Amino acid sequence: MIRLENVEKTYQSPEHGAFQALAPISLEIEEGDIFGIIGYSGAGKSTLLRIINLLEQPTNGKVIVAGRDLTILSPKALRAARHSIGMIFQQFCLFSNRTVAENVEFALEISGIEKKDRQKRVKELLELVGLQDKSSSYPSKLSGGQKQRVAIARALANRPRILLCDEPTSALDPQTTQSVLSLLQEINRTLQVTIVVVTHEMDVVKQICNKVAVLENGRLVEELSLTHAKGAPASNLGRLLFQPKNEWLLAREVASV
Amino acid sequence: MFENLLALVPEFGMAIWQTFTMVGISAAAALLFGTPLGVLLFLTGKGQILERKHLHQTINYVVNTVRSLPFIILLVAIIPLTRVINGTTIGPIAASVPLSIAAIPFFSRLVEQALREIPKGVIEAAVAMGASPLGLIWKVLLNEARASIVSALTVTSISLLSYSAMAGTVGGGGIGDLAIRFGYYRFQTEVMIATVVLLILLVQIIQFTGNHFARLLDKR
Repeated sequence: MIRLENVEKTYQSPEHGAFQALAPISLEIEEGDIFGIIGYSGAGKSTLLRIINLLEQPTNGKVIVAGRDLTILSPKALRAARHSIGMIFQQFCLFSNRTVAENVEFALEISGIEKKDRQKRVKELLELVGLQDKSSSYPSKLSGGQKQRVAIARALANRPRILLCDEPTSALDPQTTQSVLSLLQEINRTLQVTIVVVTHEMDVVKQICNKVAVLENGRLVEELSLTHAKGAPASNLGRLLFQPKNEWLLAREVASV
Repeated sequence: MFENLLALVPEFGMAIWQTFTMVGISAAAALLFGTPLGVLLFLTGKGQILERKHLHQTINYVVNTVRSLPFIILLVAIIPLTRVINGTTIGPIAASVPLSIAAIPFFSRLVEQALREIPKGVIEAAVAMGASPLGLIWKVLLNEARASIVSALTVTSISLLSYSAMAGTVGGGGIGDLAIRFGYYRFQTEVMIATVVLLILLVQIIQFTGNHFARLLDKR
C-alpha cells in the first residue's frame, strides 16, 4: 500500500548548515495494517509521516502510494492523490469558522462533489463518528475528543485507502484516548483503511498497532510485528513495548531521571 | 450664534456626501485590491505554499515605500496621476485616487497580519486534503481570517476619514474642507465645533458597526 524507498530528508539552513533529519529509510506498509511509528521527540517520526503525503518533500528517495510514485507527480495530480490519503493531527486543525458539518463538507467541496451528494455523505460520516447532533456546532464549542472525531470524519470524507495520524491522542485525556483509538480500530476493520500512527505513547502502539517501526535520531533502528513476535527486540524502545505496563512505566521514570 | 450653522445646512449635507464618496471609494479600492495583495504578501512568504523570495521582497518593498510617505506629500506628489485618471484634480472622486493609493498598501499589510493569525496546522490540513491554491485562499484563508479582515477594514475606513480631511483642503471637499473654510478662515467657531462633533460621531458609528460585524463573523 505504501512503500518508501531510500527516503531521506536533509534541511539546509544558512546559520546551521545541513541537518540530516532522516537517514535513508526503506519501509513497506501493507494494506490493512495499523502501522505505528515510535521514537523519542526529535527522532524524525513526524517528518517520516509527513513524507507519505508529501507535506514534507524528501531530499531523496521514492514515495510509492497505491502503486504510484508521488514524488514525480504534477501539483495537480498530487492534489488528486491527496484526496485519497486522509490525515489527522494532534491539534485537530479544524476550521474554526466552519460548523462541524461544514468542516467535513470542505473535503468534499475541494474534490468537486455535487452539493446534494455532499450533504448525504456528511450525514453518513457524522453518524460514523457519533456526532450527528453536533452537526451545526462550531469547533470552539466541542471537547477535544469531539474535535478529533470531526477531524476523523473530515479525513475519511473522500473514502481514502490510507489514514495518517500524527500524535492523534497526545492532546486527549486517557478516557477520550480510548474512545478515539477504538474508533480508529473500527475504521480499520470495517472500512479496510490502512492506518499509520505516529506517537510517543507506548500504550497507543500496544493497543492498536500490528506493526511498529522504531526511529532513533533519524534512523530506522528496527521493525517489529506485534502480532507475531519473533526474537527479542534490539532497541530500548522495542523492549519497552513487550514489557508489562508497570515495568515500562518504571523504566520510563528511570529513563527520565 | 446658530444662524451661521443654520445657513450652512445645505453645505453640511454636501460635505457629508463628499466625505462618504471619498471614504467609500477608497475603502472599496482597499478591499478590492488590498486583499489580493495581502494574500500574495502572505502566501509568497517563507514556508508558505507559494513561497517566492524575490516576489515577496518586491511587494514588501513597494508596500513599505508607499506607506512611508506622509499622506499630505503623497496627495500632492501624485497630482499628475490623478489628472491622468480623472481628467481633473478637483472634487471627491478625484480625491479618491490618492486616498486609494494610500489605502491599498495599508490594508494589504493588515490582511497579511490577519492571515498570520491562522494556525499553521489548519492551512496544512487543507493542503493535506488536496486543496488547490485558489480553494485554500477562498475557503480557508479568507474565511478563517474574516473577522480580523472586517476589523482591518474598520481601522482603514477610520484612517481614510481622517485622510479625507487633508484631501478635502486641496479640492476634494468634504467635512474637513468645511471646517477649514468656515471654522478656520472665517473664524466661525460654532462651525468648527459642529464638524468636530460630526467627525467624532462618524468614527464611533464606523467602529461600532465594524465591531458588531466582526463579532458576528468570529466563531473562534
